[in-house]
Formats: sequence, structure tokens, C-alpha cells
Amino acid sequence: MTGIWTRCNNCRRILYKQDILDNLFICPECNFHFRLSAIDRLNMLFDLGQYELIDQDIFPEDPLGFKDTKSYAVRLKENIKKTGLSDAVLNAVGTMDGIRIIMSAMEFAFMGGSMGSVVGEKITRAFERALEENIPAVVISSSGGARMQEGILSLMQLMKTSSAIANLDKGGIPYISVLTDPTTGGVTASYAMLGDINIAEPNSLIGFAGPRVIEQTIKEKLPKGFQRSEFLLHHGMLDDVVERRNLRSYIIRVLRLFLNKPRTE
Amino acid sequence: MKEIKDFYQLEKDIAALKAEIDKIQESDDQDKRKKIEDLRAKIKDEWTQIGANLSPVHIVQIARHPKRPYTLDYLESLTTDFTELHGDRRAGDDPALIAGFGFYHGRTAAFIGHQKGRTTRQRLARNFGQPNPEGYRKALRVMKLAEKFGFPVITLIDTPGANPGIQAEEKGQAEAIAYNLKEIAKLRVPVINVVIGEGGSGGALAIGVGDAILMLEHSFYSVISTEGCAAILWKDQSAVDLAAENLRFLSKDLMEFGVVDTVIPEPPGGAHVDYELTYKNVDKYLHTTLKKLEKKTPEERIQERYQKFRKIGVFTEK
Ligand SMILES: [Zn+2]
Repeated sequence: MTGIWTRCNNCRRILYKQDILDNLFICPECNFHFRLSAIDRLNMLFDLGQYELIDQDIFPEDPLGFKDTKSYAVRLKENIKKTGLSDAVLNAVGTMDGIRIIMSAMEFAFMGGSMGSVVGEKITRAFERALEENIPAVVISSSGGARMQEGILSLMQLMKTSSAIANLDKGGIPYISVLTDPTTGGVTASYAMLGDINIAEPNSLIGFAGPRVIEQTIKEKLPKGFQRSEFLLHHGMLDDVVERRNLRSYIIRVLRLFLNKPRTE
Repeated sequence: MKEIKDFYQLEKDIAALKAEIDKIQESDDQDKRKKIEDLRAKIKDEWTQIGANLSPVHIVQIARHPKRPYTLDYLESLTTDFTELHGDRRAGDDPALIAGFGFYHGRTAAFIGHQKGRTTRQRLARNFGQPNPEGYRKALRVMKLAEKFGFPVITLIDTPGANPGIQAEEKGQAEAIAYNLKEIAKLRVPVINVVIGEGGSGGALAIGVGDAILMLEHSFYSVISTEGCAAILWKDQSAVDLAAENLRFLSKDLMEFGVVDTVIPEPPGGAHVDYELTYKNVDKYLHTTLKKLEKKTPEERIQERYQKFRKIGVFTEK
């Protein structure tokens, strides 16, 4: 479907594209939350959509010389061209309601938001900078998990990022983790689940093992709503499910609570 | 000549020699020692021919060998008075991951490891060594106990990976793994990991990081199983050999990437061909590493542990 019309992935209604754009990429008919790019996330959450991108000059390599149906080197080039990003995450500093924060937003369109060396490095740098500057960290996750093409190096990024969060604990630095559709695998099994609070947008797929893998293993159909935000909330893995239109105000409120900074008016 | 893909076929002659050794071992033969020595020499000769040309798929088969020593075998050999502790104090106990305390070189240490079964019944009971959240949480409980008393933590890694099941997701296996990583980073006592067989992804990682990672020569440590990787990237279950070659998960690869600190040599034919020598080798490197780590202060260890993982990764900065 091209042009000014599009179809909702959920309710299948034909929609006027501008209506979705004006509505934070939420279907006006059924409240379905479309996936957002990393840039859209930053634009939507920072004050006046203004921020400074940092750690922009870090580029991936092909340390394993990995080649499946296509070589990793070629895949990287294609994804860099397609998204205009160096890898699957953007780091930015700016303010939310005047509070200076550092935010990392993941880009699912870049190789399924997979975490290799660059994502691990940038997320770690964001946490380290939060500690140095004594400012809160916010991470918006969207990822299929560790990047297979970087093998064990990807797996070790789970420990690298989690270790950086351990230092935030010691430093008393707030860290808010926002899980969006989809967040699975190694990202869930590291920083996405380690927020001081973990929140998610409605109906986001969140889990460790992918639903297809589980289905193939246990050889039965998965229950309805399995591994969706509301399921995780029910099982105690999330602090809340927050609609996109309330996300910014929710984060600001929690930041103020953790920083002990009541609104002054 | 057609390449033999199956390691079990490849090791046939060695397996026969090993069977002879086992037989002599149990006999009252006066010449026992000499005969066994000769047979070991034959195994060594045999191994110099095949050992050098093993493919990554072969190594995976050695690492998964049904006769390979498992965690409990090591504990029986390396420790005295090992006492297994059960339960995560939250939801249950996980038989795929065992944890407890024992004496090692005359002092108490915590031991945590994945456990596989040998018989079909045991395998099922141990869930093929695939941990559930209860396992990771039990592991952390025992690590914190070790920290309380100032005892070192030694972990043995041997799992195909986390359990891909409904309950494991409901109980938050991702959170359980993540939380372990964060807490291990803060642990004040030495943490040594030994990869003894399969190092399968998140299920391995949750107890597979620390001050030093040791790895048996023919074990592997991977972001994903060869089967999983073949299915996802090649969309072809039979592409496991391609996946195995590309993933670079062998001990020598992990040394090169700075993930592993020490590769522990295996006896000719692999760990399963000579348990005693395997235990001896593991003990030697483990004990040396432990002594070195114990000389440091907790702050030094925590700082160096952070730097160890901080440095892992390959990228360019323009
Ligand atoms: Zn809709």
C-alpha cells in the first residue's frame, strides 16, 4: 500500500496516513501502536523534540568474517544505507521537563535491533556517562536479541551492559527501562529487564525465547496474549503498561519521584 | 575422500581401545599399569591423526558427548563433603542446575553447575541441562551465601541453553539471567567459570561470567546453538556445519577474542577418554587461577572484572 493511505496491522482498517502521524503512530480506530524508529522516539520524548546525539562515530565491524546467505559485511552496508544509522541504537542527551537525562533508543529496522559490539558499547557508554554526569538514564528497547553474526562478542555485551548498570546502583543513578514491540532475547536478558522501573507500551512482544521457538519445542499452541506487555505485567515483570501518549509524562513523573524533585509551579 | 561428519564414527578405534582399558582396570591383571600405558600410547597415536583435523561440528559433538564428564563427576573428584543446596526460596528447585558448598584444596568453596543426565530417565529429570528461572535464582542465592562467608565461587558450564518453555517465560527467565549478570558484577568474592562442555547462550551466561573464564579445549561457548542459527539465518536445519564454522565459538576463537582467559588441555581422544587426567588438568588450572585471584582485594577484583567485559567487542571509531 503506497501513497497517503495505509492499513492498520491489527484491525486491518484502511487509514489516512496523516491521521496516524498526528496520533503518535497509534491507530485511531483500535489503539494499535505502530513500531517507531529511534529518531521518532527521541523526537517524541525530549523537550521540544530537541537533543544532542552523541557517540555517533562508532561503526560495526565483521570480526568473525561471518557469512550466511549473505555476508555480514554486506548486510551491515545495506542496513547503514537503509536506516542512515551506524548501528541499531542512538544515544542522545537533552532534557525532559527541564531534567537533564541521557537516552538510548534502539532501532528495530537495523538488523532487527540486534545487539552486537556497537550496541553494547553505546549502551554501556550511556550508562557510564549517566554516572559521570550524575544524570538519569532512559533506554527505549526494541530488539530481536543478540546479533548472531558477532557470535560470542554479542553474548558478552549482555554482561558488559549489565555490569555498567551495577555501577548505577552504587552511584544512586535512576535508570528507566522502556520495552517496546518487540523486545526479546539478549536485550531482555540484560539491560531491558534491569531498570529501576521496567515499563512497556501496550501489547508489545516481550520475552527471552521467541514464541516460534517455544511453539516448536513444546509442540503446542501458545495461549493468547502470551509474552505480551499485559501478560508480563500480570506475572510481575513490569511496573506498568503505559500508552504511548502518556509515556513522556509518565517518565517525567517517575524521574521527579526518584530525584526527589516535586514539580514547582 | 569423503569427510566423516560424525565424530562418533571417527572415534571408533579410540573407543575400542578405551573399552579395553576399562576392562583391564577392573581385572586383577598383574601387568595392569603397563598394559594401560601401552593402550593410552595407542590412543595418543590415533588422536594425532584425527585430532588435528576436527571440524567445529566435531568439537560440538565432543562437547555434547554422552560420556563426557558432567558437573557432579567433577565435584566428586575435586571436592570433599560437597553438600548440594536446593531451591531458590521463591518458586522451586531446578534439577538442571546444581549448587552447593564443598571443600576444595582444604577450604570451603561454592560450586554451581549445569547438570545433564546419562540415562533417558536422568536426562528428562535434569531437563537435558536446560535451566529454568529457579535455577538461576538458586545460583545467585548460593553466590550471595558464598559472599557472606568470603568463599570463592566456582561455576561449571554445560548447557544447551535456557529452557524454551511457557513457565520459564512466565517466571521471567530473562529477568533472572539479567539480574544474575548485574549481581555477579558486584560480587566481592572471586568468581571463576569453567566451560566443561556446552556453553549455550543465555542459559550458560547466567552463571558463565566472572573474574576468569576457563575453558576445556573441546568445549564451546556460543551466542546461539548451531541448530538455532542454521534455522534462523540459513532457514535450513541441515546448515549446522555452516553455522558451526561461522560462529567461531571454539576455545581458540574465544582466546583470540579476549573472552576466555585459559584453555585447559584435554586428554587424547577428549575428556571422556580419560576422566582422571581431565580432572587433574581442570584442578591444576582452576587452583592456579584461584590462588592468583585470592591475592587481590575485593575492590581490585570488581574493578578488573568490570574491565574484562568492558573491553570485549570489536568496532571502529572514526
Ligand atoms: Zn487499527
